Amino acid sequence: MPQIKKFLYVNRKAPHGSIYALESLEVVLVGAAFDQDVSLAFIDDGVYQLMLNQNTNGIGVKNFSPTYRALSDYDINQIYVEKESLELRGLKQEDLLPLTWEDEDEDWAEKDSIQVVSSEELGDIIDKQDIIFNF
Amino acid sequence: MSVLHIINKSPFEKNSLDTCLRLAKKGSAILLIEDAIYAAQKNTAVADKIIAAVARHSVFALAPDLDARGIDESTVVDGISLVDYEGFVRLATEYHAVQSWL
Amino acid sequence: MSIELDGKSYETDEEGYLVNMGDWNDALASAMAREDGAELDSNHWEVINFLRDYYEEYQIAPAVRVLTKAIGKRMGKEKGTSKYLYELFPYGPAKQACKYAGLPKPTGCV
Repeated sequence: MPQIKKFLYVNRKAPHGSIYALESLEVVLVGAAFDQDVSLAFIDDGVYQLMLNQNTNGIGVKNFSPTYRALSDYDINQIYVEKESLELRGLKQEDLLPLTWEDEDEDWAEKDSIQVVSSEELGDIIDKQDIIFNF
Repeated sequence: MSVLHIINKSPFEKNSLDTCLRLAKKGSAILLIEDAIYAAQKNTAVADKIIAAVARHSVFALAPDLDARGIDESTVVDGISLVDYEGFVRLATEYHAVQSWL
Repeated sequence: MSIELDGKSYETDEEGYLVNMGDWNDALASAMAREDGAELDSNHWEVINFLRDYYEEYQIAPAVRVLTKAIGKRMGKEKGTSKYLYELFPYGPAKQACKYAGLPKPTGCV
């Protein structure tokens, strides 16, 4: 049995101005097949990826923001958002998608996937990773 | 060993350096390559940040990138170690994980 | 490439996936299945409709293991197995069922 590694995907770009956010999401979903310990971090403009109420009809590109809600189906339940990045942009957690997952071990209790963490806490999380991908 | 943080963007164009310094744990290493080596110079607007970083981290800069950009080694902030490509590879193997800030 | 139905032509890619999701309807799904020599029954439709709902909600086609788990949860444990889904869609549940459901080909899945 190969050892399970800790994978962190670091997202630091806003969603529709470049291809990074969508590419990251696709890599995350494909990579989920490998049954590793996956978490996502949203830092700097990356926090804009999780904004509620995105509507891309007017700019003619796919709105992939609903796809973040599918992450829990792929057993990706550790989504870290840096508090400082939110604050710098005048945002609160309520401005973000309400991402949740159901905990099988606790009778399918619904839990938040998003954890707003300080730079200090996120630094600790980064330090514990085996593999870090940047987008 | 902890994480090797690599930065390759100019601190005057991107916020990669600031974000890295905000998140990197004490004792982790920071390697400046490509346009990020402009952050290594004395007397810039970001020099104070780098001086503070040297106290918390091992800070390295890739010498060939300094040379290519006409940055003299004598103008580099004290405490920053210069490495060649071999040193770069050695650092990447010495640390548990590599975080390349885009 | 294209698929013809009742005198109308619908554009597909080289693997037979509909280019415009808006073209899709039940009859077109059945026509695509017939081209593969398959006849759709209520079990097939259960999966196809699930995939369409899933896409509508999340804007992606689910990976096979996600599909399997979700079908089992929604339609009963005996249906939540890859054996069951492969019997329905021998060319690969996600791939073949997505095609009939008018969804884009799922990335990185069978």
